[in-house]
Amino acid sequence: MLDNYLPILVLVAIAFAFAAGSVVFSRLVGQKKPSVVKLAPYECGMPLFGTARDRFSIKFYIIAMLFIVFDIEVVFLYPWSVMFKRLGMFGFAEMGVFIVILFVGYVYVWKKGALEWE
Amino acid sequence: MEIMYFYLLAAVAVASGFMVVTCKSPVNNAIALMMTFVCLANFYVMLDAPFMAAIQIMVYAGAILMLIIFTIMLLNLGTAVARKGSHSVVWATVLALLIAMQGYFVINRGEVSGITGEITGEMVKKVGHTELIAKSLFTDFLLPFEIASILLLVAIVGAVIIAKKEV
Amino acid sequence: MENLVQAALANVNFSAIMPSLVLVCFGMALLLIGVFSRRGRTTHIAWISIIGLVITGIYTYIDWVNPETQFGFAGHVAQDNFAVFFNIIFIAAAGLTILISDDYLKREGYPISEYYALILFSTAGAMWMASGTDLMTIFLGLEVLSISLYVLAGMFRNDVRSNEAGLKYFLLGAFSTGFLLYGVALLYGVAGTTNVADIGMYLSAHKAALGNPMTIAGMVLLSTGFMFKIAIVPFHMWTPDVYQGAPTPITAFMSAGPKAAAIAAFLRILMFGLPELHAEWGAMLWLLAVLTMTVGNFIAISQTNIKRMLAYSSIAHAGYALVGLVAANEVGLSGILYYMLAYTFMNIGAFAVLILAGKQGEENLTLDGFAGFGYKRPFLGVALCVFLFSLMGLPPTAGFAGKFYVFAGAVKAGYIWLAIIGVLNSAVSLYYYLRVMVYMYFREPTEDYSWISMPVGAVISIVIALFGVLYLGLLPDCVMEMAKMSIF
Repeated sequence: MLDNYLPILVLVAIAFAFAAGSVVFSRLVGQKKPSVVKLAPYECGMPLFGTARDRFSIKFYIIAMLFIVFDIEVVFLYPWSVMFKRLGMFGFAEMGVFIVILFVGYVYVWKKGALEWE
Repeated sequence: MEIMYFYLLAAVAVASGFMVVTCKSPVNNAIALMMTFVCLANFYVMLDAPFMAAIQIMVYAGAILMLIIFTIMLLNLGTAVARKGSHSVVWATVLALLIAMQGYFVINRGEVSGITGEITGEMVKKVGHTELIAKSLFTDFLLPFEIASILLLVAIVGAVIIAKKEV
Repeated sequence: MENLVQAALANVNFSAIMPSLVLVCFGMALLLIGVFSRRGRTTHIAWISIIGLVITGIYTYIDWVNPETQFGFAGHVAQDNFAVFFNIIFIAAAGLTILISDDYLKREGYPISEYYALILFSTAGAMWMASGTDLMTIFLGLEVLSISLYVLAGMFRNDVRSNEAGLKYFLLGAFSTGFLLYGVALLYGVAGTTNVADIGMYLSAHKAALGNPMTIAGMVLLSTGFMFKIAIVPFHMWTPDVYQGAPTPITAFMSAGPKAAAIAAFLRILMFGLPELHAEWGAMLWLLAVLTMTVGNFIAISQTNIKRMLAYSSIAHAGYALVGLVAANEVGLSGILYYMLAYTFMNIGAFAVLILAGKQGEENLTLDGFAGFGYKRPFLGVALCVFLFSLMGLPPTAGFAGKFYVFAGAVKAGYIWLAIIGVLNSAVSLYYYLRVMVYMYFREPTEDYSWISMPVGAVISIVIALFGVLYLGLLPDCVMEMAKMSIF
């Protein structure tokens, strides 16, 4: 049973090795001539304005909340998908009611303008 | 091999759990919490509960942790959290020890009931964890399942009313 | 696998959840109507929600006339008389609350259409708690109810007290839910099922499991969760702040409907699931009933804000209801049902008068604000007097009959001291209720109360509440018969 997860473990190991390897390797091989521009977080990108420790807008928060709710909706779809052939129309109706109720919520959120970046 | 992996994971889980409460920066705490969640997901996989593992990653490590980080950023506590109430640590320790003792007594002394039910470990392996959950969720627990969608709807409305600028 | 679907289909029984189904449909419709209507227009939404409650009432009536208990959804709900009686309480509470809300919300500057949808959802949640026969259904009903209430309590977003109320209620409520779930988990671990009746059957068949620390711990944690919701001392700390800070109609609603719902679920679990442990929970509840009545009444004495005073008095009233639960006999249990119905009318009635007497910004809710109120506003003054007499438990009002049945149950079950303590506590409560009347009639008026308008909804609500209080007080037999038929 657990053998099925071996590829994932291997992938995690490779990812870890790659991340750690690149840091260590560049530390060993690379030259170090630091300058102000090079040490900036985005060397070739936008100049910084302010710190990262700034107060976030509550707009992020409401999006995150809505994301959680719809994420949980998706979670319920997983067990349904493995049984959906055996449950047939009955299961379809059940899931239909579930989705319709949340669709009401979606329409509500949309019309309310909660998804707009006011 | 499996037991080694378990102990390795357990060590990481405990260490990151410890970091959740000891790290000074709230953001680091949140990241440590994510590590704990990932370890838990691994445990679920090892216990033949892949659905729980998927939920753990998707809902907890994904959505809820993101919300926690947003909240930290929203409050903008930074690193300068006043370290007040160190006596509460003592109380927390006392309570944790009490709970540990309770667990000890229940497992050691108390006769934990002999109910095994029809769903055994072998059955979970044979039929599959997600299928078994689906079976009870969509047949016996049909009503709670639909009520859960009402619950989510109420949560949506609540989030919008409380957090939106203009209602 | 075909028979799997067949079996599941056979379990579907819509007539077992008809009232809550209607409420949920109306709630969703109201949400949509609300977002598609012009902002600030809420009067039509209030009346549509009243229509929804009336239809729910019709289905509840059909359930009552139909003597057969409707079971459904694989033992998750039972629409028995017990559930129907509580449904009546919830519908009364929600209906009276909505009637007093519209004008109040406009006065306070929060004409929010979701308000009504949330009240309907929370009422549906309360119904699932009362009719739920499975710990999962009860838990989800409780959550729907609670989350709606957290939002409603904190809805006045520019009012610091309302924010405090919402946040406090949410944090402590979530905390108590944790206790409740832990208790559910332990009981499931003991009995291997979440069905309340099956847990009871398992425990009576396996006496050894009664000594299992898991059973006791599960019972205690489950009770703790419910007692938070009912606001039993020592789990009452949130009540005064939340009741004071929440919008006044929501305070009225919280103290009647949701409290009754928590009592209903608690009662069903104790009587069906844990009757074998009656000695244990009886002793626990005896002590807590005494504490609740005493603490609630004595702290209420020192309050000058009437909203806060009614919050403490509602703690004391929960204590009176617990007395009936300790007795756990026919008179006591039917007394609880009767008492909760009576309390719904008298408490919401009192809050309705309070709302009308108040100014914008929740002002004028202190005792001084009621100086001479009785002469300047005779109808409202008399109405408030009737409700306060009922809250005191004086005849010929509903409060007297309710208290009488509850205490009679306790005496019959041999808890003489408990009944005596209860009666003494009622005597203590006379002081702070009478003080309001003293201010109303024996103080020189400092205001002329010219700002008071008499909106239709609020007047209807007060008249219904007055009728309920007097009917239940003067002719208690009919409803008491109903309550007796409703217990198990």
